Amino acid sequence: MVKVKFFAALRERLNCAEIDVESQHNDTVVQIRERLVAQYPAWQHELLANDVLCAKNFTFTDVTATVQSGDELAFFPPVTGG
Amino acid sequence: MSINVRVQNADFCQAEEYLKLSNASNCGAVITFTGLVRELVDGDLQMLHLEHYAGMTEQVLEQLAQQAQQRFGVEQITIIHRVGSLKLNEQIVFVGVAAGHRKAGFAACMFVMDYLKTQAPFWKREVTSTDSYWVAAKESDRTAATRWTEGTENRVAS
Repeated sequence: MVKVKFFAALRERLNCAEIDVESQHNDTVVQIRERLVAQYPAWQHELLANDVLCAKNFTFTDVTATVQSGDELAFFPPVTGG
Repeated sequence: MSINVRVQNADFCQAEEYLKLSNASNCGAVITFTGLVRELVDGDLQMLHLEHYAGMTEQVLEQLAQQAQQRFGVEQITIIHRVGSLKLNEQIVFVGVAAGHRKAGFAACMFVMDYLKTQAPFWKREVTSTDSYWVAAKESDRTAATRWTEGTENRVAS
């Protein structure tokens, strides 16, 4: 199981802050994202948008990174702090 | 060498942070930057709400401070970023650097701010009297951060 979090505008558009997703051996972020889209087809456009950033265990990651059970993923829009 | 990173709702006191930074006997320069909530072009900002990704935010800021210390050889770095609801003119962010000399201090301070704006997971939501919306990321902020990887930072450091 992988915990997936969403933040800011993306969280609001999906109407979801956090969701658990089943994971399998050698899954990548792409596969976790595909599983989410399979469950919620309306999320496809939002999750695959070019500017969506991804973090794994609090560090920016590429979507080709592998994911293990217990990992925390996060998807969010470009940051605007400071 | 020390690093002090805080993400908090509460306000901070510049003078207290300056005193802590100015304690090191081998530092000849303390450089500080404070970011404030600014009015909108149409003058209707009621509130600024700052969301963040707790856990990742602190880690990113810590890493930025470490990179700045190593790259510019500065002694102490303090980064404070507020979250939650802020009003006009309230303090949002503080970056303070204690360095041997001013050039390294200025460069480290700008390096931290440039990367904070593009790497630290904070998001601003502006609330006006009639609307509220998420602030869009600026291309100028992305450009400012990339200069540190393109070898043009000497324009700042020299």
